[in-house]
Amino acid sequence: MSIEHREHVGEVTTTPERFENPGISPHRPRLSDEDPRAAKRAERQTILIFTLSILATVGGIVGYFAFPIQAPSLGNVRMSTLTLGLGLGIGMLGIGVAAVHWAKSLMSDVERVEERHVQRSDDATRAAAVEILSTGAAESNIARRPLLKGALGTALALAPLSFLVPLIGNLGADWNVSKFRHTAWAPVNGKLRRLATDPSDRPIKPSDVTIGSVVHVMPQGLPDEPGYLEEKAKAVVLLIRLDPRDLNEPEDRKDWSYEGIVAYSKICTHVGCPVALYERQTHHLLCPCHQSTFDVANQAKVVFGPAKRALPQLPIALDEEGYLVAQSDFLEPVGPSFWERER
Amino acid sequence: MSAETSFSKAPPAAAVAAADFLDTRLGVAKAVKGLARKLFPDHWSFLLGEIALYSFIVILISGTFLTMFFVPSVAEVRYPMDALPVTMRGQQMSEAFASTLNMSFHVRGGLLMRQIHHWAALVFIGAIVVHMMRVFFTGAFRKPRELNYVIGFSMLIMGLLAGLTGYSLPDDVLSGNGLRITDGVVKSIPIIGSYLSYMVFGGEFPGTDTIPRMYTLHILLIPGLILAMVGAHLFLVFWHKHTQYPGPGRTHKNVVGYPLFPVYTAKAGGFFFIVFGVLALMGATMSINSVWNYGPFDPSLVSAGAQPDWYMLFLEGSLRLMPGAAEVVIGGYTLSLNVLIPAVVVPGVLFTLLGAYPFVEAFATKDTGEHHVLDRPRNVPTRTAIGVAILSAFFVLLGGGANDLLATQFQLSINAITLVFRVLFFVLPFVAFIVTKRICLGLQRKDREVSLHGHETGRVVRFASGEYIEVHQPLDEYERWIRVGHDVYRPLEIEPAEDLNGVRRPGHGKDKIRARVSQFFYQDRVEPVTPAELAAASAHGEHDALPALPADRPSEELDARVH
Repeated sequence: MSIEHREHVGEVTTTPERFENPGISPHRPRLSDEDPRAAKRAERQTILIFTLSILATVGGIVGYFAFPIQAPSLGNVRMSTLTLGLGLGIGMLGIGVAAVHWAKSLMSDVERVEERHVQRSDDATRAAAVEILSTGAAESNIARRPLLKGALGTALALAPLSFLVPLIGNLGADWNVSKFRHTAWAPVNGKLRRLATDPSDRPIKPSDVTIGSVVHVMPQGLPDEPGYLEEKAKAVVLLIRLDPRDLNEPEDRKDWSYEGIVAYSKICTHVGCPVALYERQTHHLLCPCHQSTFDVANQAKVVFGPAKRALPQLPIALDEEGYLVAQSDFLEPVGPSFWERER
Repeated sequence: MSAETSFSKAPPAAAVAAADFLDTRLGVAKAVKGLARKLFPDHWSFLLGEIALYSFIVILISGTFLTMFFVPSVAEVRYPMDALPVTMRGQQMSEAFASTLNMSFHVRGGLLMRQIHHWAALVFIGAIVVHMMRVFFTGAFRKPRELNYVIGFSMLIMGLLAGLTGYSLPDDVLSGNGLRITDGVVKSIPIIGSYLSYMVFGGEFPGTDTIPRMYTLHILLIPGLILAMVGAHLFLVFWHKHTQYPGPGRTHKNVVGYPLFPVYTAKAGGFFFIVFGVLALMGATMSINSVWNYGPFDPSLVSAGAQPDWYMLFLEGSLRLMPGAAEVVIGGYTLSLNVLIPAVVVPGVLFTLLGAYPFVEAFATKDTGEHHVLDRPRNVPTRTAIGVAILSAFFVLLGGGANDLLATQFQLSINAITLVFRVLFFVLPFVAFIVTKRICLGLQRKDREVSLHGHETGRVVRFASGEYIEVHQPLDEYERWIRVGHDVYRPLEIEPAEDLNGVRRPGHGKDKIRARVSQFFYQDRVEPVTPAELAAASAHGEHDALPALPADRPSEELDARVH
């Protein structure tokens, strides 16, 4: 209900109900329309800007040859990038600015008017279109043979399966999502896995870990095993030593730590970023991605942020040679939650 | 010298021959006749879409350069000991990362192209968003352009996907953590999440398939789709003819502007070079995504204070603001609402609202006419207020995404910032809605006042009776038209539920909803001045007889005469 239509409905008065569109306002000539000297000046400016562009492009090409990139010279990388970039940038910018200046100062700026045509086809065209379609449909006999229609539809709907089934079937490799539950900390052939530094892969003694320090560790020998990055993405652990008096351990986890040394998964239980920031005073671990904060003194429970679950704890002990080992794999899946996690 | 008179010279023979060659094979004369003098209205805000288009072209050009040197593989290599940069020598890394370093340091212009590509991508999405805001606030999405709005909206989604896949390719620490977050979000999807994660990564994160797959999506599928949509989008712009801002002589039935050839060929063509030039200068002088500072991807590393590219920041903020308590276990199955809501539901709602908006408004107005004259945002207060409300929520999410930087830069508690943003996310949109609507209505009243009484001139005049007035300069009809020419919708009045015979009317329920929506949109309104009101306002007697601007004598003299 456009208001335009109401114009003619009103009572008989001398003033119309709405203002009339006054039509295009009169054209105001530019300086360059009236003064040939201004037009000439605009022309010269345009030519000058084009010339700048030409010079810049030439300069950029000179720069390409002037600064060959050979190791080890960071200076040449910088100069090469800069000269080529300035050449390209000013070269392009010059063309653009000159063209727009030309258009704005020397091309006609008299506004013109063109009629629009409504999108809707007129009734005769519509009728003709309907006629054509119904004739075609009648000639194809599709309306009278519903089974044919059904067969066509079914065949069309099924045909893409030959493409989609193998595609989707193969995308997920073996689809064995139970791998989320296991990490490389599980004992291999009954042998407990040692904690080792990253990247030097050295086993760790309790004396290497001073109070307040934090190191991230992996199962020893992991770099040489297949699927290294996938395993590391699950197995990476933070080893932290607290004053044993600060450590608040529940009964069932009393033997999971060693003289104040605790090991927690480094993979955030929110969406899986490495929980990298440790605040020594408060024993808080902070994930730099979304600021989930975990309290290491209290079983790494969440104290702030978007994570819900505590970081899983890795039970550790000493082996016969005095190195730190994992007693077993994690007792729960590490990393972000997933649908079947609790099953 | 006008353009018309300069065409009197005969064109050169070579041009005639070339034109004849093309016309006898393709009939190009018909296309030139139909298109070359097509008119386009002029306004700076129409350049926003052009920026998006041109930065997309720059992305294609610079991206083609990069594909020549990039190796989409995560096969492990050791970076050569004689290569730059020194810090990366001898490090284990993927071929993707190594080739990114190599093209930055050992391919002349490679670093430049990488930086242009990245900057152009940021500008591309930025321009799309700002262009979409222009379209939204001026009502350019109204009939007959709803479908083109949907195409444009789909391009925004595609642009985000292009950004996400491209950002992940260099396989550095930052992009790897981006993928890690993607993995966490995918896993939060109920029932199929774990399997979707396997599908995305070809097994467990990070896997070896992601980068080659993302590469194909990034350089073939997504740009192909965007290109097709760009074609459809531009075709429809031509087909519908461009919208125009309200002004004298502009109606829904005409288009007022300058011809495609030569004015827009020069202006729009020139603007391509300007956009390219600016992006090239950015690439030359502003370093971006210096991946050698982050190092190759390692699932145990992350850098503090890392930010995603700006267009992903709202998702990051959304994830940061959500409290963890939302995760629940139902019947033994884990429902990670603490991830699902911020990463899937919030953007889902935001995008659905935006994508569906033209149809909601059409439902409320029941308007079936074509609209080619744009709205001034103040004249559609409810729409403008809805737009600002959505934007305010978006900005709160952006702030949430930067909460760590806000904390370190302004020495604030990150917990306090997060809590404040949690509240603001729900409160600010309502405040923004009310305030914006009031501002719009106020501006409309100001328009009415100016239409009725003219501009203030600052000239104060004393009458013989001792009365002081300020002289107002009445508007000329062209200036007035901008303020009085628009149509105002009123809330729809629906037919009664039962007809005269007491029979229930079908469709009454839908009409009731429609009436309520319409009420929400158009109950508060300021109507434009009518000629009758102007006539009444002008009937103040001698005040209006005063000349607004003394043409040739100083005002004191005029004042003396009035006395």
